[in-house]
Amino acid sequence: MGRTIGEVVLDLNNVSLSFGGVKALSDISFDVREHEVRAIIGPNGAGKSSMLNVINGVYRPQEGEIVLRGEHFSRMSPYKAAQSGIARTFQHIALFKGMSVLDNIMTGRTLKMKSNLVQQAFRLGPAWREELEHRAKVEEIIDFLEIQHIRKTPVGRLPYGLQKRVDLGRALAMEPQILLLDEPMAGMNVEEKQDMSRFILDVNDQLGTTIVLIEHDMGVVMDISDRVVVLDYGKKIGDGTPDEVRSNEEVISAYLGASH
Amino acid sequence: MSFFLETLIGGLMAGMLYSLVALGFVLIFKASGVFNFAQGAMVLFAALAMARFAEWLPAWTGIGNPVLANVMAFIISVAIMFAVAWLVERLVLRHLVNQEGATLLMATLGIAYFLEGVGQTVFGSDIYKIDVGMPKDPVMMLESVFEGGILINKEDFIAALIAAALVGALALFFQKTPTGRALRAVADDHQAAQSIGIPLNRIWVIVWCVAGITALVAGIIWGSKLGVQFSLATVALRALPVVILGGLTSVPGAIIGGLIIGVGEKLSEVYLGPMVGGGIEIWFAYVLALVFLLFRPQGLFGEKIIDRV
Repeated sequence: MGRTIGEVVLDLNNVSLSFGGVKALSDISFDVREHEVRAIIGPNGAGKSSMLNVINGVYRPQEGEIVLRGEHFSRMSPYKAAQSGIARTFQHIALFKGMSVLDNIMTGRTLKMKSNLVQQAFRLGPAWREELEHRAKVEEIIDFLEIQHIRKTPVGRLPYGLQKRVDLGRALAMEPQILLLDEPMAGMNVEEKQDMSRFILDVNDQLGTTIVLIEHDMGVVMDISDRVVVLDYGKKIGDGTPDEVRSNEEVISAYLGASH
Repeated sequence: MSFFLETLIGGLMAGMLYSLVALGFVLIFKASGVFNFAQGAMVLFAALAMARFAEWLPAWTGIGNPVLANVMAFIISVAIMFAVAWLVERLVLRHLVNQEGATLLMATLGIAYFLEGVGQTVFGSDIYKIDVGMPKDPVMMLESVFEGGILINKEDFIAALIAAALVGALALFFQKTPTGRALRAVADDHQAAQSIGIPLNRIWVIVWCVAGITALVAGIIWGSKLGVQFSLATVALRALPVVILGGLTSVPGAIIGGLIIGVGEKLSEVYLGPMVGGGIEIWFAYVLALVFLLFRPQGLFGEKIIDRV
């Protein structure tokens, strides 16, 4: 492995989130180190997706703060998160269904585009050169994800597994430092899961991207993660390496023992 | 035959103008999920600005050249429509993000009354004329092909060309530029668009600016035909059936829907009119829209909405 796990890049301090009277997250703290694969697991309704949505600014926690590379945020916004190098994928695929695979991934380059509207409209030199550069980068991603054959296909027509891959591609096009993956393998067959695991590990290894992922498949999580946070009913009940988590009594009774 | 063609072409040309107004609806609906009731008021407001500045500028600055005065009035009107777009986003839309569709609809209704009121306060409420040098005389075409040729209204013809050019330019802008891509992305999925760093607020301003320009062009064309007066605001109502026919989410739908309505109105008036005593043109489009609502509510090109139960 060419990566070395570094300093803490993302630190969540005492985050609490509630919707009306329902407490989705209570007093959660954990950190994410540079270059690591960090998993968040837990039974249904444990607050995993809420956690991801807090990091990416979709939800605003009532208490607690997010520390991103030393910068403190009591609230994040999706736009701010994107600007700070956080990309994400969605549990329920949120691709732009009417657009081609290529166009979908190109939208991931939005923040990297410098040309202005007028230059774009008249295809002036800088805008055109820029478009070509971004296009080249996107083609690299398409090659990497092995989806060359569907580049021009509207995303809405693709099978589920491939849509998940495009979703990952769009996030990668942002060249993020931190990549949040919300159940990247949900609803996939074994072969698709293996492919996806390979892509995630390659991204982590070759690009050094820090990965925070939510996943249901315990086998996969234990295989690819460096450290795991376990949530149950919005509370943190375990945190550590896969081996530590596996032998944690509370985790076993809440999750592993009960449902598997 | 030549009479049929005359009617058909007349319908197509009228339809192109409907398309232009319908496009304003579709653009805003696609990008923000808002059915913009103020589109008609924007047409009136833009046309008033254009008509009045074309009249005021020569008086203020002594510009004698009518072309120059028109061009400057046009530029000022564009700037005014941009300002309207910016203010609408700043003062209204920004505060209503993620609200119910009905709330947003009511907000645009408010904007409509506001624009109508302010427009007439600032620019006056008489009938004004816009004279951008549109030729008024009809012209004969294809005399070698048909006996007697086809009589075409030159003004309509030029108006249709302008509308077609604008529609084409917008389609290209949407398909080929990064900003167009971002606009389509926002139209498809707000949340995902935000998560990849597409600035929603900026996109909304752009969309309302574009809708403002289509309103201005529609206002100038209709205004030079009918005069700029309050009834211009109801032109947008004529485009409603177009939007229903073509589908609220489809740009090609707005174009083809407009053409179908335009042609349908003219042909039905000429061929069915005598049987029922005429006047079909006024309600034909609405009946067609009603039929579509019954049998194909998503329109010709709209996305079919399937709800999982």
